[in-house]
Amino acid sequence: MLIIDCPWCGKRPEIEFRYGGEAHIARPADPSALSDEEWAEFLYNRTNPKGLHAERWRHIHGCGRYFNAVRDTVSDFFVVTYKAGEQRPENLGPDVDGASIGGDK
Amino acid sequence: MDEIASITAPATTAAAVSVNPLHALAAASHDVAAARLVPLGPAARLAFRGREAAIGPVGEAFGVALPREACRRAEANGRAALWLGPDEWILLAPGADPAPLFAAIDSAAAGLPHSLVDVSSRSVGIEISGPRAAFVLNQGNPLDLSLESFPVGMCTRTVFHKAEIVLSRVAPETFHIDVWRSFAPYVWELLEEGRRELA
Repeated sequence: MLIIDCPWCGKRPEIEFRYGGEAHIARPADPSALSDEEWAEFLYNRTNPKGLHAERWRHIHGCGRYFNAVRDTVSDFFVVTYKAGEQRPENLGPDVDGASIGGDK
Repeated sequence: MDEIASITAPATTAAAVSVNPLHALAAASHDVAAARLVPLGPAARLAFRGREAAIGPVGEAFGVALPREACRRAEANGRAALWLGPDEWILLAPGADPAPLFAAIDSAAAGLPHSLVDVSSRSVGIEISGPRAAFVLNQGNPLDLSLESFPVGMCTRTVFHKAEIVLSRVAPETFHIDVWRSFAPYVWELLEEGRRELA
């Protein structure tokens, strides 16, 4: 079973968690000033990377808190987790197509 | 028309709601010394969420300082405060009348940003104790329940099969489960299933 490190509760089994989509997407301050294309960009378009992806997770059957995680979309390896509101950690390793990390851990 | 009248459910009374759904199951249950199952009696349960300023006064009014360490329970005078999240606790007072307790805590936190909800009837408690209690729980819960990683005094919201539970370890071989009322028979019968081989 995949183990996810909740920033509050520590290492927990994946069935306690719910996925919450890509992280660090700020809602535009003034939506009425945006064009339809810009609004659609905010609503629907995501980076969908092959490699490291910063995403939101919720420890719904635990502390109930949302937090952020950087996960490798190729190997499903969780590189790091951090509390909501914190910056995405830098220099986590390769972030180019096909270069997955931690796959055998 | 008579037919329709006869299948109409009787009006739910307060007394009917407070009946423990586990009593019939417990009466039909066999004693297994390796993992004893007991339904816990009624308790006042208050769900408290609040900012920093409200945490101290609420603990004082309840009689148990709210634990600030993640996944820990604090006990005093038969009452327990369970950490569920960084700003969320469940206040448990077995056998207590929830109304005066609610009023006392609510007035202690008056004017401070908080939320206090009486959830006494929402869930029921189950105690499982014995040398194989952790083994039985692990049939439906993937947490490491060894004393090193789940020590006495630890509590957490987690899952048992497909039901959400609040699990606490109150003694090395004794766990308390708090589960929503309508899920209780499901959890109880799966605990029975899990300990059948120990009988």
